[in-house]
Amino acid sequence: MDDILLLEAIERYLGGEMDAAERTYFESLRKSTPEIDQMVVEHNMFLHQMDIYALHRNLRNSLQESHTRLLERGEVYEGGELTTKGKVIQLWNKYKRVTAIAASVGGVIALVISGLAIYFSPVVNGNQIEQLSKAIEVIKKNQQYQGNLINEVKSKIPENARLISGGSGFLIDSKGFIITNAHVLKGSGAVVVNSKGQEFNATITHIDQLRDLAILKITDEEYQPLNSLPYGIKKGNTDLGEEIFTLGYPRNDIVYGEGYLSARTGYNSDSLTYQVQISANPGNSGGPVFNHNGEVIGILSTRQAQADGVAFAVKSKNIYQMVDELRKTDTSIEKIRIPSHTSLKGVERKKQITRLEDCVFYVKAFTK
Amino acid sequence: MKADTNEQALLKGLVLNDSKAIDTLYKDNFPMVQAYILQNNGSYDDARDIFQEAIIALYEKAQDDSFVLTCQIKTYLYSICRRLWLKRLQQLGRFANNIDNLEETVPVEEDLEIHEKRNAEFAIMDRALNSLGEPCKGLLEGYYLKKMGMMELADEFGYTNADNAKNQKYKCLMRLKKLFFSQYNIGD
Repeated sequence: MDDILLLEAIERYLGGEMDAAERTYFESLRKSTPEIDQMVVEHNMFLHQMDIYALHRNLRNSLQESHTRLLERGEVYEGGELTTKGKVIQLWNKYKRVTAIAASVGGVIALVISGLAIYFSPVVNGNQIEQLSKAIEVIKKNQQYQGNLINEVKSKIPENARLISGGSGFLIDSKGFIITNAHVLKGSGAVVVNSKGQEFNATITHIDQLRDLAILKITDEEYQPLNSLPYGIKKGNTDLGEEIFTLGYPRNDIVYGEGYLSARTGYNSDSLTYQVQISANPGNSGGPVFNHNGEVIGILSTRQAQADGVAFAVKSKNIYQMVDELRKTDTSIEKIRIPSHTSLKGVERKKQITRLEDCVFYVKAFTK
Repeated sequence: MKADTNEQALLKGLVLNDSKAIDTLYKDNFPMVQAYILQNNGSYDDARDIFQEAIIALYEKAQDDSFVLTCQIKTYLYSICRRLWLKRLQQLGRFANNIDNLEETVPVEEDLEIHEKRNAEFAIMDRALNSLGEPCKGLLEGYYLKKMGMMELADEFGYTNADNAKNQKYKCLMRLKKLFFSQYNIGD
């Protein structure tokens, strides 16, 4: 009880509430008892902290109030959140349960599908190498495709066809000859989509399983051939450390990636391919690998499963070899003129890409 | 000169926590700070936080009666916000584009140091108060922050008389002081 009285006295003393007599008495007490003196000092400091705290807290509140007030009056702008907030929250509250159920059902389905896909997907090289085509996503693609049917009446995939796989491809002749990976074309037919989303019918002209290359020909009337291709296909080898970039369709939009040539041979010293350090994802298969001059030096095809960023590209000279071999037997191939000259040398990367974009296609393979 | 007296009046209003003055300060300066932070990798929320901190720093300075602002409020707030934000970006490991709007800035490092110390003290007190729990927190807030009388508090909290409330308040205060000083001294 004494302590309480003492504290009260200290507070009254500090608050200046004592009369003169009491004050002198208390001050003499302070002088004679160091403990009390110390308590006074300590408590004074503490009260001071409390006062500052109170002022700050009030100010913080006022600021927050001011902020909301000005926001409501439209004198301060915050990306228009406030005007729609009420509605969104209402909707959210209303459909919270439904959304939660839908999300969990979706989650379960996704798990089952990916489980099945992993179970059934072919094991290549003990899973050390992954092909970069999107075959794994068969079921998902079909769903998407069915969705597409409703949205886009004009899709050129035959009505009863099933989408099998997807990848990338690029022109080697402006007349509409497209190079892609053999493993991308798992089905019986294909359509190609350009970077603007336009679809074209295409026929599979040739598949070379050994080199993992394939040629498609755009047979669509809507296709307007370019005058010439901006890039050349490189005949020779490329040096280690060459800075490279790629364009492809790991998603529905065209995606740019950058890296370097990291080895002259591919997986298990395969001399048909290069090892490249680049981020490659399913769907990049068949995409061109350019050097800084905008020449095609390879075709992105596989990646190493356990290593990050390690991918392999079929060397571009294989295109020449394949086409030369085919010329002897196939008359339609005879017409192919592979460009060897690039007009992108010394051009800024962004400008290179705008010109290359038109020549890189999203390849969708289907079966009937 | 008129602008000057106007600014002094605003600062006085800020010290007195006058909502009109705060609104004016807010309206006149926030958009500039917001634009700066949005341009430099920040969000709307970041802008609000940083701006309010800067106002608090200004408030701390203005509290001192001898304080005379040597530059425009706008320049001062902008300088504080800029430093605060660059510092925050550094802590987050994000990069600043360093887009400056070619606004004039004044050195504010010393002020910020004081402000940071105050901020730390505020945080300690806030933590200490919040870890007390009720009714201690309410009782102490009522007495020391809202300056309510003991009788009033006894009524509000349902104590039978002021003495019992005082007794309880004393116990609470001892706990709070212990919590506060244990942190405060470490902070030093």
